[in-house]
Amino acid sequence: MRNPQLTKNGELQHLLTIDGLPREILSAILDTAAPFTEVAEREVKKLPLLRGKSVFNLFFENSTRTRTTFEIAAKRLSADVINLNISTSSTAKGETLLDTVDNLSAMQADMFVVRHATSGAPFLIAQHLAAMGLEHIHVINAGDGRHAHPTQGLLDMYTIRHYKKDFTRLVVAIVGDVLHSRVARSQIHALTTLGVPEVRVIGPKTLIPTEVDRLGVRVFHDMRAGLKDVDVVMMLRLQNERMQGALLPSPQEFFKYYGLTADKLACARPDAIVMHPGPMNRGVEIDSAVADGPHAVILPQVTFGIAVRMAVMSMLAGA
Amino acid sequence: MQLPDAERLCAALADSMRPGLHPETALIGIHTGGVWVAERLHAALGLKMPLGRLDVSFYRDDFSRSGLHSQLKSSDIPFEVEDRPIVIVDDVLYTGRTIRAAMNEIFDYGRPARIDLAVLIDRGGRELPVCPRWAAQALQIEPGKNLQLERSKAGALSLRLIDA
Repeated sequence: MRNPQLTKNGELQHLLTIDGLPREILSAILDTAAPFTEVAEREVKKLPLLRGKSVFNLFFENSTRTRTTFEIAAKRLSADVINLNISTSSTAKGETLLDTVDNLSAMQADMFVVRHATSGAPFLIAQHLAAMGLEHIHVINAGDGRHAHPTQGLLDMYTIRHYKKDFTRLVVAIVGDVLHSRVARSQIHALTTLGVPEVRVIGPKTLIPTEVDRLGVRVFHDMRAGLKDVDVVMMLRLQNERMQGALLPSPQEFFKYYGLTADKLACARPDAIVMHPGPMNRGVEIDSAVADGPHAVILPQVTFGIAVRMAVMSMLAGA
Repeated sequence: MQLPDAERLCAALADSMRPGLHPETALIGIHTGGVWVAERLHAALGLKMPLGRLDVSFYRDDFSRSGLHSQLKSSDIPFEVEDRPIVIVDDVLYTGRTIRAAMNEIFDYGRPARIDLAVLIDRGGRELPVCPRWAAQALQIEPGKNLQLERSKAGALSLRLIDA
């Protein structure tokens, strides 16, 4: 079966997940993002690539950073951006997801940026658009359930490449609540596709999915052992709002064993970088001294995220 | 068809430009061939301002037809554009669409005092009202052919005619 994200010519039609995308496409996105970073330095921070296009931000789940950076990216590409506040919209009145999509398509939408609590919702929308003969409308997954958050994964890869240049000599550790994290899944697929030889996941047994090792990662439950000699530490947010049942005794205890402190970071390589997708829970998964310290590249991640999203939108619009 | 020697054209272009330049003039080369020519001119003219480089891919008018090209380069304008005389440098002038894109991009950095255009070859076939102030040579090239500037490993510039 053809990858539903790609056109017949192998170009990116939608961005739904990193899983299954060839290395050439991931590299092309990162290469394309690089010149977009320069736009932020200009007097006029705008490019004409999406002029006259309408981008709909469909956020069925709360988000500040992701929605804002998608909005800035689309606006810097000169698109018209429409933000739908779903909690006060028709969905709350009972309209189905696909009816919402049909109505917005009738308003000449060109692109949907979708965040949804249900895994697979963006895929469903893309499938529906194809069935309706609306292939010219592109879908970007901005996070679906526990499944994927591909632009976060890509901006993380851009950040790693910016600081470490070569993926093929790195040891990378992903730390924390892997079980509930769509970010972790996108990171793992991206890292292995780009040729990182050793990807580790670190966390308590209750927050590491069973059989995660089938994705090609090494599992550690002891943080100091897991951080030994790593080049990149990717922290995850402890997803309190997704936590059902007693997976953890308390946030304080989590911090004691899995919170990133300067002391634990000393196990990593001296030039290791520390990343976090935000929003951070200081004192839960990361200590303020590390979050604000010299190894942290958390704010550059946000800046790079705009360029990466501009690149993805431009590639989709040009496909 | 005998093509002219690109290095000689660069030298001739620099000579013709010299009397018309202001001390504050800055050159902006268009990737890729235009940057090579601009590097030659910059050295020959001994300009005070550093060289600017543009990749006009983001401003092309055929984006909706052909998308973004791979191998994008970053634009780099290492000087203040506001009120400055600027010379856009390209290797071959054809339809004028690249120059239109370059001018749009330059205006996103500021309002220049003036913009002139210097090219190695003017091959005719204009589709926009664009006219170079300096062209080292005019050359009629049949449609369907591309005239390309190439650079050897040793850094020597030469012209080549290929099928479009």
